[in-house]
Amino acid sequence: MRKMLAAVSRVLSGVAQKPASRVLVASRHFANDATFEIKKCDLHRLEEGPPVTTVLTREDGLKYYRMMQTVRRMELKADQLYKQKIIRGFCHLCDGQEACCVGLEAGINPTDHLITAYRAHGFTFTRGLSVREILAELTGRRGGCAKGKGGSMHMYAKNFYGGNGIVGAQVPLGAGIALACKYNGKDEVCLTLYGDGAANQGQIFEAYNMAALWKLPCIFICENNRYGMGTSVERAAASTDYYKRGDFIPGLRVDGMDILCVREATKFAAAYCRSGKGPILMELQTYRYHGHSMSDPGVSYRTREEIQEVRSKSDPIMLLKDRMVNSNLASVEELKEIDVEVRKEIEDAAQFATADPEPPLEELGYHIYCNDPPFEVRGANQWIKFKSIS
Amino acid sequence: MAAVAAFAGWLLRLRAAGADGPWRRLCGAGLSRGFLQSASAYGAAAQRRQVAHFTFQPDPEPVEYGQTQKMNLFQAVTSALDNSLAKDPTAVIFGEDVAFGGVFRCTVGLRDKYGKDRVFNTPLCEQGIVGFGIGIAVTGATAIAEIQFADYIFPAFDQIVNEAAKYRYRSGDLFNCGSLTIRSPWGCVGHGALYHSQSPEAFFAHCPGIKVVVPRSPFQAKGLLLSCIEDKNPCIFFEPKILYRAAVEQVPVEPYNIPLSQAEVIQEGSDVTLVAWGTQVHVIREVAAMAQEKLGVSCEVIDLRTILPWDVDTVCKSVIKTGRLLVSHEAPLTGGFASEISSTVQYYRTQGHVPNKAKRWNLKKGLLQGSSKENGHLLLKMFCMTGQRIQRTKC
Repeated sequence: MRKMLAAVSRVLSGVAQKPASRVLVASRHFANDATFEIKKCDLHRLEEGPPVTTVLTREDGLKYYRMMQTVRRMELKADQLYKQKIIRGFCHLCDGQEACCVGLEAGINPTDHLITAYRAHGFTFTRGLSVREILAELTGRRGGCAKGKGGSMHMYAKNFYGGNGIVGAQVPLGAGIALACKYNGKDEVCLTLYGDGAANQGQIFEAYNMAALWKLPCIFICENNRYGMGTSVERAAASTDYYKRGDFIPGLRVDGMDILCVREATKFAAAYCRSGKGPILMELQTYRYHGHSMSDPGVSYRTREEIQEVRSKSDPIMLLKDRMVNSNLASVEELKEIDVEVRKEIEDAAQFATADPEPPLEELGYHIYCNDPPFEVRGANQWIKFKSIS
Repeated sequence: MAAVAAFAGWLLRLRAAGADGPWRRLCGAGLSRGFLQSASAYGAAAQRRQVAHFTFQPDPEPVEYGQTQKMNLFQAVTSALDNSLAKDPTAVIFGEDVAFGGVFRCTVGLRDKYGKDRVFNTPLCEQGIVGFGIGIAVTGATAIAEIQFADYIFPAFDQIVNEAAKYRYRSGDLFNCGSLTIRSPWGCVGHGALYHSQSPEAFFAHCPGIKVVVPRSPFQAKGLLLSCIEDKNPCIFFEPKILYRAAVEQVPVEPYNIPLSQAEVIQEGSDVTLVAWGTQVHVIREVAAMAQEKLGVSCEVIDLRTILPWDVDTVCKSVIKTGRLLVSHEAPLTGGFASEISSTVQYYRTQGHVPNKAKRWNLKKGLLQGSSKENGHLLLKMFCMTGQRIQRTKC
């Protein structure tokens, strides 16, 4: 009887504090955290790998869910805007790969560094920029993170070095950033991402050699989504064990659709690098639902059944949601609420991105060089001059 | 169309304004309009793009090469490759995604017809592709490599400049990779931005030992590509990607050759020589027509076709006749190939080959010596207006 009274009073006090819509939610008592088993990573030149169990707190779980859902909705909104011709040029979407960007961010500090190729919208968000800035950059407006001049492939943020168009070119850059980290001695690491297509570029191997030779704190990460544009990995690579391609660099193969797996592997890799042992390689096995870019339907080199199968069995958001609901970390309604909030946020951002003005013509020539005083740049003919200020 | 009407209105306004101080007025008078307008000015986002203007001008149907068929640029390239593989049993085609037909459909059907040993994909490695192609060519087989976009050719720059171009010379003619041809989509396309729009012909013009060719149309492309493949020097063939679908012409079905290092005088004229290559030839043709109609200026239009080694004779002969030269290209100004052409013509002028009495166009002052100041301004402006339209699509 006393217990029931206590419970009732708890419920009533709970009701008094929270708004009406949350009555249902407040009446449930959630677990604070839960322990999950995660897939064991394949190892290369490593004695032991990341742990096979991990603890997920309710707070973290909700945070990851919100972030992944935001990335997902943002990419879908970008798809919509592209089809309406509000976004032009090239647009490479990463829906399906949310666990990679959110999981990596969960495993490192904001002071660590990250560089990736062109499938960068998710990373731009997880590295700290708002959806508004990202969508406005996609539509080429003033409010965009690169002032509307960069577009889809050239987004940058603090400790996030883009956003790079040329395949594989960002990997030696990442090794260089890692050198700076080591030199500055602040215990920072650099995450250098590339895809399964880029893994066959020569400069990647040059970067491996330099990083290993000088023991740079560089985590090379191959985001293997099974297709380099339209070419499947079996048809492009002599060895599809991308985590072993670093040869003398230790590697691990991670389930890139499970955010907890990615998080633990990242923590492990970051700890490895921070201890001064040199670089490490991670292969994230993931999948993208869209084609390579918006001009690729994505079904001429793979079947719709395959895409459907991944969506129904390994969708990263679904996996996290199921885990959280089944372990009583959150309720379905609560997560639905987050969905609604995220949708609203994306709508607002899309509104902003569509209505914001384009950058003024005068800024066309800015930031070519770092020059003081400003100089003049010739336009398409000798009477059109743009001032170049930097 | 709207752009032409705007231009005509601007021309009239200019005449009314008088000839002095035209430059400042020109800059404000309407050139900038159309650039990057905000959505509110034009309503729907799709309407904003109407400033992009460019008309492909097909050549008359060729009669001397037998039966012709309507083809666009990528079909003409496929036809040339088809002819090549049929004629030459050692010929192979390779590059990223060529097996299914290529991202621009240039190799459609070839793998089915000639087998997977002769048409095959490479992994993503430009340096590897060109190096590998040089190796094939050194053994005597015909190697036709594709670099997916000219913007990606730079990892292969070392192989082209240091290995391919100098092979014959450094081996004393013992070895050569002359049967190598590298094909690559080139030039601005409107939405390409930094990495799908570049025109790198000037980088390669600085390298003796290779040939660089840029066609303006399907008929030219097939003949020039076949010449490149058969030429005994390594060749780079840049295909203007904006023309792949936009350019449609009657093209002979049988193989034929268009000689390399020969510029073509497309239109004869007497007042000024206009030189261009690739897509820009069509812009220049439009300018020539406008100049004739509005100013009574007779323009001689030359398509350079081969950038390296370029046809100095044809260009100089033309400048001897007209006395004025204007070169236009998409690539950046400084160090662009126009600088080579203009300085060579200048050199021959100082040597007396181009007579001193020929009138010179003082480009700095924009004056057409010997004719009215205003005409000179207007002609250049007109050229720049249309020349600029294709540049606008880059924004």
